[in-house]
Amino acid sequence: MRVVLAEDLFLLRQGIIQLLEAYDCEVVAAVDNGADLGRAIAEHRPDVAVVDVRLPPTFTTEGLQAALLARRERPGLPILVLSQHVEQMYARELLADGTGGIGYLLKDSVLDDRQFIDAVRRVAAGGMAMDPTVVAQLMTSHSRDEPLAALTARERTVLELMAEGCSNTAIAQRLTVTEGAAAKHISNIFAKLMLPPSSDNNRRVLAVLAYLNA
Amino acid sequence: MRLSRAVRDTLVGALIAAGALASVVLFVTTTYFTVLCLIGIGFLALPHLTTAVRWVCDLNRRAAARSGVPVERPYRPEPEEIERDIVGWVRRCKWILADPASWRDLLWLLLNSVVGLLLGSAPAALLYYAGEGLVLAAGLWRPVAADGTGRWYAFITVDSWPAALAAALAALAVFAGWLHLSSWILKGHAYFVLFLLGPTQGARLASRVRHLAETRSGALDIQAAEVRRIERDLHDGAQARLVSLGLTLGAVDRQLDRNTEEARRLLNDARSSSVQALRELRGLVRGIHPPVLAERGLADAVRALGIASPLPVTVVADLPGKLPDPVESAIYFSVSELLTNALKHADAGQVEVSLHYADGVLHGQVTDDGRGGAAMSAGSGLEGIRRRLASFDGVLEIDSPRGGPTVMKMELPCALSSPKTSSS
Repeated sequence: MRVVLAEDLFLLRQGIIQLLEAYDCEVVAAVDNGADLGRAIAEHRPDVAVVDVRLPPTFTTEGLQAALLARRERPGLPILVLSQHVEQMYARELLADGTGGIGYLLKDSVLDDRQFIDAVRRVAAGGMAMDPTVVAQLMTSHSRDEPLAALTARERTVLELMAEGCSNTAIAQRLTVTEGAAAKHISNIFAKLMLPPSSDNNRRVLAVLAYLNA
Repeated sequence: MRLSRAVRDTLVGALIAAGALASVVLFVTTTYFTVLCLIGIGFLALPHLTTAVRWVCDLNRRAAARSGVPVERPYRPEPEEIERDIVGWVRRCKWILADPASWRDLLWLLLNSVVGLLLGSAPAALLYYAGEGLVLAAGLWRPVAADGTGRWYAFITVDSWPAALAAALAALAVFAGWLHLSSWILKGHAYFVLFLLGPTQGARLASRVRHLAETRSGALDIQAAEVRRIERDLHDGAQARLVSLGLTLGAVDRQLDRNTEEARRLLNDARSSSVQALRELRGLVRGIHPPVLAERGLADAVRALGIASPLPVTVVADLPGKLPDPVESAIYFSVSELLTNALKHADAGQVEVSLHYADGVLHGQVTDDGRGGAAMSAGSGLEGIRRRLASFDGVLEIDSPRGGPTVMKMELPCALSSPKTSSS
């Protein structure tokens, strides 16, 4: 898997490169500002871009802007955004185009290398990896809306885990239920949210999030 | 409309005239006791008299404000914690006598005994005179003329029906004068009040200096408390966690060769310890200066607050440029606090936040449909907001009747820098 990395702090950039390479990812370019990020993506056409929100020269949301711009030029370009803090507003901007391949995680997530690599792979494959706090906030702010209100507490938990990017197996493990029970919850959710069944797990999660985001 | 206005003006004028009579009495007694202060007896009565004087002056200020001439109270604030013994009384007298406004009050009392009486009674006199003319013209002139003297009305000797008609017309002119001039007469008195009972330039500057000193020390208090809180949070939080992280890593070092299983467990502990430290630092950073405010400016930061709130929050922001950082921060934390109140205390169903900038003033408003009854009290969050805004000469206005809705208005004078240029 080929990765473009944008992170302005030297230590963190080296750390993430080491981490990615330890799991057989090739870091084809590692840059430290927004403008270079755009150029690197255009040049290397990576499988996924791992981007820090705050980059020089403005130290505001340079990285996020550059990533969104690159995605407008190459729709569906998988992007994993890392940040010291998560904002629902940014999550919404990332999810706005309604296509897959979006991740938005706290920088803490690199501390758990297996989970982090999982997230990178999932995003590169067109899936999702959202920070649990963002998902939880999205849920609360929409919990009074009509179809979501119909979900049971358990189903809502399952939906949250799906949005974080958990597979059926992972959901079953987290909730300590059988995989069959998890699948049943999921099909109930789809029925209640009136989503047509589909074989592609990620697409279903995306549909759920796109729905939440509406 | 005009009639009822004139009637009200006449009544207020009558009160002013009554005040003018009181002025005479107050002037004489106050002067008398002020002089007596010199030989040490007056100071028992002077504070009471001053209360009465200021009460009368305040009534006249209110009458002036009613005529469209707002007059601020110019007095220096009363010294706090005055003893109830002889020393306290002397201190009160000192406070009164040292205030130039007290002496201006006294001068005003003297002049008002004439000016207030004349101007205050003028509307009533006009009305009376118009009535008198009409009654004369209606026939009262006949018995009066019959005893041979006749009766003058204005410049007319009313001794025949044509003269009576002329008198009636004159009376109507006086009535029209009453109708139209009463409010102007009162306005004249209002300017007289403003001239002597309003603050002088010096008094205004002194009060401004007092206000600045108060708000500055308030701002410093807030800042000191913030720094103290940050220090404590760092000390008890992240700092302690990093120490424990170091200790755990030391233990890993000892266990590495002997017990890999145990070493792995300790490493996991170390990892969760660092996650915890990061979480605490993040919370702390949010409290100092929220990243989204630094990254996106006030409007978006407030929108982010709205999104993060479990309540449905509508945000309307119209800010044509960038506000100074400290102002943005003050408004952000104020809105944040108000949203928390709406959620926690008001039990609101929805909230509206609006921000707009006009004529050098930032107007912020937070409206919720909750149960209302919010009030400023010492140590409350609202008091904190008031103090926060006061350091920028801003104000918080609370309108929260029981049963709601609650409208919180913030006004903050500030300059706006040129429109933000997009970073992308």
